[in-house]
Amino acid sequence: MQAQSSIKSDAHLPAQWHPALFDYLLRLGDDSLILGQRLTEWCGHAPALEVDLSLANIGLDLIGQATLFLELAGEVEGKGRNGDRLAFHRDVLAFRNCLLVEQPNGDFAQTMARQLLFSTYSHALFEGLCQSAEPRIAEIAAKAVKEVRYHAELAADWVIRLGDGTEDSSTRMIDGLDWHWRFVEELFEVDALEQPLVEAGIAVDRTQLRAAFDTRIAAVLTEATLPLPVYPRGIKGGRTGHHSEHLGHLLAVMQYLPRSYPDAVW
Amino acid sequence: MSREWPLWEVFIRTKGGLSHRHAGSVHAPDPELAMRHARDTYTRRMEGVSLWVVRSSDIVASDPAQDGPMFEPAEGKIYRHPTFYEIPDVVKHI
Repeated sequence: MQAQSSIKSDAHLPAQWHPALFDYLLRLGDDSLILGQRLTEWCGHAPALEVDLSLANIGLDLIGQATLFLELAGEVEGKGRNGDRLAFHRDVLAFRNCLLVEQPNGDFAQTMARQLLFSTYSHALFEGLCQSAEPRIAEIAAKAVKEVRYHAELAADWVIRLGDGTEDSSTRMIDGLDWHWRFVEELFEVDALEQPLVEAGIAVDRTQLRAAFDTRIAAVLTEATLPLPVYPRGIKGGRTGHHSEHLGHLLAVMQYLPRSYPDAVW
Repeated sequence: MSREWPLWEVFIRTKGGLSHRHAGSVHAPDPELAMRHARDTYTRRMEGVSLWVVRSSDIVASDPAQDGPMFEPAEGKIYRHPTFYEIPDVVKHI
């Protein structure tokens, strides 16, 4: 990975913020990185050539966002780790992504269900982060928000067509949403680590994003003639490193080359 | 009805003031997804600022077998070319 735009390295925040900010940036960067890597698994396998490109484009947008967030995380940490180091030389327990993004692709419907849920949430988050008191975060968010909006719209288009399509496509869409729905709650959680960052205006209060998310998802599912999924209890843990079995396998593929050949360059 | 998605022709305006030009084609089930596929397939490297998609079957094309009567009568009529005017250097895209 290479940084797509240079971010000024002068510290805008007092040092006492750095540990929490580092973790927050990992959460943002890892969400994008892991989903980006997941989507690249579709390369050459999508239902049509055009869809292959759509998914690869989304994946590349996400990996670009991850690069910016992780480069900044490395600067904030101040221990000489850059974005590549954080992406490819961290073990599974040190990843801070939400559980939703590490879920397996399943079929195309399951992938689109995950994309709709994540991108709809992510769009609202980045809209908020454009006003972050940390200007380097606001700068990344301003670039990412347009990308993510397109992802959310594309995913909604597909969910509507598959939901309101054939009996087979509708069943698959319902199954895909059911698989992912239990991971939605985690997206809107603010824990003790984020709370001070929220109060300082650096982070977005995720709990405030839920109502608009529910409204938007309900509108898409209604148009898709799909039932709103219900799941009794959300599953959490990604933000503190408690991941599902799927993440380790993803990292093994993603990290194999830079770990086996640490000096490899393009 | 065929299970194949219909074909759409893609036209891109590379920048303001220029005409849309044919770039290629995509398969898609409907107009909205044809536009998304055109965007994702043909404008990944900042190729354009505007897109048109049109169903390939809606294009009326000339018949290759009629090339003679269609196009050959225009040959040798150089007086139809505005080559006798001088164009100022500052005029672009003409």
